[in-house]
Amino acid sequence: MDPLHYLAAHEAADLLARREVSSVELTRAAFDRVRALDDSLHAFLTLTEEEALAQAEAADERIARGDAGPLTGIPVAIKDVLCTKGVRTTCGSRILESFIPPYDAFAVQRLKEAGCVMLGKANMDEFAMGSSGENSAFGPTLNPWDKERVPGGSSSGSAAAVSAGMAFYALGSDTGGSIRQPASHSGIVGLKPTYGRVSRYGLIAFGSSLDQIGPLTRSVRDAALVFQAVAGHDERDSTSATLDVPTVTEALAPDLKGMRIGVPKEYFVEGMDEQVRQTVRAAIDQMAGLGAEIDWEVSLPSTDHALAVYYIIAPSEASANLARYDGVKYGYSYNEGASMWENMEKTREFGFGDEVKRRIMLGTYALSAGYYDAYYLKAQKVRTLIRREFDAAFQDHDVLVAPVSPTTAFRLGEKTDDPLQMYLSDVFTIPVNIAGLPGISIPCGFSRGDNGSRLPIGLQIIAKPFDEPSLFRAAYAYEQANDWHKQHPEL
Amino acid sequence: MTTTAVQYETIIGLEVHAQLLTRSKMFCPCAASYVDSSPNTHVCPTCLGMPGVLPVINKRAVEMTIMTGLALNSEVPERAKFDRKNYPYPDLMKGYQISEFDQPLCTGGWLEIELDGQRRRLGITRVHLEEDTAKLIHVKSPTGETYSLIDVNRSGVPLMEVVGEPDMHSPDEARAYLVKLRQILRYLDVCAGNMEEGNFRCDANVSLRPMGASELGSKVEVKNMNSFRSVYRALNHEVERQREILDNGGRIPQETRGWVDDQGVTVSQRSKEYANDYRYFPEPDLPPIVVDREWLEKIRAKMPELPGTKRARFLSEYGLSEYDVSLLIETPAKADYFEAAVALAPEAKRQKRAKAAANWINGELAGLLNAHNIVVSEAKITPKGLSQLIDLQEDGTISGKTAKDVFQEMFETGRDPEQIVEGAGLVQITASDEIAAAVERVLENNAKAADDYRGGKEEAIKFLVGQVMRETRGRANPEMVNQMLKGKLSDNP
Amino acid sequence: MPLTPEEVRHNARLARVGLSDDEVARFQSQLSLILDYFQRLQEVDTENVPPTAHTLAMHNVMRDDEPHPSIDKEEVLANAPQREGDHFRVRAILE
Repeated sequence: MDPLHYLAAHEAADLLARREVSSVELTRAAFDRVRALDDSLHAFLTLTEEEALAQAEAADERIARGDAGPLTGIPVAIKDVLCTKGVRTTCGSRILESFIPPYDAFAVQRLKEAGCVMLGKANMDEFAMGSSGENSAFGPTLNPWDKERVPGGSSSGSAAAVSAGMAFYALGSDTGGSIRQPASHSGIVGLKPTYGRVSRYGLIAFGSSLDQIGPLTRSVRDAALVFQAVAGHDERDSTSATLDVPTVTEALAPDLKGMRIGVPKEYFVEGMDEQVRQTVRAAIDQMAGLGAEIDWEVSLPSTDHALAVYYIIAPSEASANLARYDGVKYGYSYNEGASMWENMEKTREFGFGDEVKRRIMLGTYALSAGYYDAYYLKAQKVRTLIRREFDAAFQDHDVLVAPVSPTTAFRLGEKTDDPLQMYLSDVFTIPVNIAGLPGISIPCGFSRGDNGSRLPIGLQIIAKPFDEPSLFRAAYAYEQANDWHKQHPEL
Repeated sequence: MTTTAVQYETIIGLEVHAQLLTRSKMFCPCAASYVDSSPNTHVCPTCLGMPGVLPVINKRAVEMTIMTGLALNSEVPERAKFDRKNYPYPDLMKGYQISEFDQPLCTGGWLEIELDGQRRRLGITRVHLEEDTAKLIHVKSPTGETYSLIDVNRSGVPLMEVVGEPDMHSPDEARAYLVKLRQILRYLDVCAGNMEEGNFRCDANVSLRPMGASELGSKVEVKNMNSFRSVYRALNHEVERQREILDNGGRIPQETRGWVDDQGVTVSQRSKEYANDYRYFPEPDLPPIVVDREWLEKIRAKMPELPGTKRARFLSEYGLSEYDVSLLIETPAKADYFEAAVALAPEAKRQKRAKAAANWINGELAGLLNAHNIVVSEAKITPKGLSQLIDLQEDGTISGKTAKDVFQEMFETGRDPEQIVEGAGLVQITASDEIAAAVERVLENNAKAADDYRGGKEEAIKFLVGQVMRETRGRANPEMVNQMLKGKLSDNP
Repeated sequence: MPLTPEEVRHNARLARVGLSDDEVARFQSQLSLILDYFQRLQEVDTENVPPTAHTLAMHNVMRDDEPHPSIDKEEVLANAPQREGDHFRVRAILE
């Protein structure tokens, strides 16, 4: 059996239910692990040990009363993009370094109701803009599998905390792959639910029509449990779906009999890592062995345009979403200027990092007079084509399967000077956000890094809107037939 | 330099921002009223523009806007949507305003004004919905330091914009348009319509072009007009200013000018740098609005009677003059007051009662309300009280002169007219012997006047009636006195 | 079509982001490359294709006009960088 800190959340919950361990013990173990590892990994921006222990005690009481749910008393890391009442929420940015929200995000509120123990706030790329975690204003997070490499981003701290056994699970957000890509690079499970499935209330907005909250976990079952806890309608988010949330744990079955799986050709491109290609293809072959019907000839021709669509739409929305950080109401404020305007511009010059400024500039340009039609509007139209191609593919297929990222985790600093190369690492995750679909990343093997390290590879499964049950079914059956998720970094 | 007297055509278009009378704000459930509240007490994370918060549309505000569109003869398209209008400014909490760009709730339309006996239709371009900004208070400290304070209570109050066509050719037309628009909004009970309080605001676009020219002249936007009077003055000033420049061979730059009320001039406001690139795009946080026809008809059915319909009905139902009707329907409150008073009379007497009530409301009551600077809904005298007063006058209990005194007291105290009349001994004397005695005394003391009348000087009777009224301290029925005097004077030649 | 430094500055001004001269130069080249990459969208035939602003086909998501209590004034002002009494305070706004 795994040591305590590497238990899956549902395994820890079983121990709690059998009273073999207490939530306080789990919580202490988690903080011990954080103290041992996080000086180097830097997965956390803020730790809330005192509150966590109080929550753990309350959880133990609930468990004693027989009033516990599957997540009661399980320690969690919350990506710092989610507002937490009374707890500093920075979004990885200097501009919110001292911001304390007077409200909880809906997803956080749901977890609190479920009796969670919040360990603290997880590091991330500033405003969730990035694919490596290196854009955090507070320093990068390192990959627990190889500390010379990034854990992926933007949910870098969430992924590293779960991968390294500091948190039993984490919440992240995914605008273009920010849950799935770091999950893949860190050897864990990452779920981006259907757009509208989880309320965005309290999620600090980046690309509002793309953002979704989801779990990063050590098992598919854990992802299902967390999904169950945070999904559902919220009247404070007008884009929150009113559909009932299916009981996804019921979909977890050991085989794939009758499941029709499509493999989009465009997701196996020139220039992708050969080990990634082979590992993912092997995983798909294995799914056939579990009873699935595989169609290798699915085509999503607009895939090649998705990256451009995304890097127009997301920055356009971001350029408006980030206009509120002006140093007037909260956050960092430069006050030495000669005028209000100078103060506002300097606040944003010093408060935002490079990537954030770059995207604000991109979005401003794409929306500005004379360019709107050629950029923003064009992107919205191609977005329609991308959606239609997915719709067509789901006519004959229950799920699509593909790699998560063209490569494994890259080295720190490898892509920081070349934004476009950095953007390309999201090329397989972005189309899912553009179409608002659910997608999951699960571990499917390892490649050998040039320094000898084992680097995790992720398998992406994509379903039609609100069909998370198919996603979980496919993911679970594959996971159970392997032990990738039982393998942990040596730390 | 010689100047030829060129005739110019004035072209004015008005943009009106009306705060809607909803209970809660446009996109969050904070209370929308802020006038009497202390700073920053009607604020939540949403209207403060905190990170991660989201807007939710106030349905009532949408319905009020659609209702306004229907009243202004607009089209209400099936689909409308909200957009983000980007302009960073310290009073704009999110750095963008949620507004409507290319798919507003209402498009086109017109309203009818009457000016110098002529009726004209003035075009409406669109009616759309957006949110108000926070309030900036500019401060100059004793040390000379200038800064601004921000009160966020107003942020997110529903704001309806009515954009008018550049259809008006004089400040008088513009004023008539504004008066009419405000009247309609008040009838719909969607806006308080008070410019001084800032819940009804108006910006104007003014341009001049030589008569007969087809191209529009440069447009000047005039802002900062905080009353109907200042709109009228500002427009007159601006038209004159532009005329003078053009007459002297100058050019009018396209610009924004602010009205400075105490100086009576418009001054150039340095144009906001880059302010015109609003980078509108569809609001991703708000799904579109679909106005299906069933909903539209439901909204239409809930609409109150509008001024035009009411005017026609008052004219035919009560047989009143155009002038009386136009005064009565000025506000729905006044019209309701009138109808409540008339409804208390028996069916057969309603037309007569309507005339009497109109006279009181448009005369005596209007004067007193004006003098006290209050509106009809604030008056102590009720429609029932007015009806009773008219009853007392009609059945001869009190004279017309007495009625005015009683009215005055009712206005001041709200007391019942019968109580006032009885308590002050103002009941009209109808006992003929009491009047006869007074007539005798008056004829004795005014022999000259009596002789004049007998000699054919008819007006002398008026003097004698007046004297009798004086003797009876106004309580005699003047008609009776007249008859009795005439009888006496013909008896004794 | 590379961006000019003036265009970079103009966009920065629109977005109210101050930029150092170094940043202007760096963004000029980086943004030019990215915009160049976007050109591939121009090959796509989008004739008669409607734009997608929302992936969910929802409409008329509205709430009733019911006021709810606001948050406490102290919570409103708690994060204020500059406060005077019960107001936020900013430098005078000169156009």
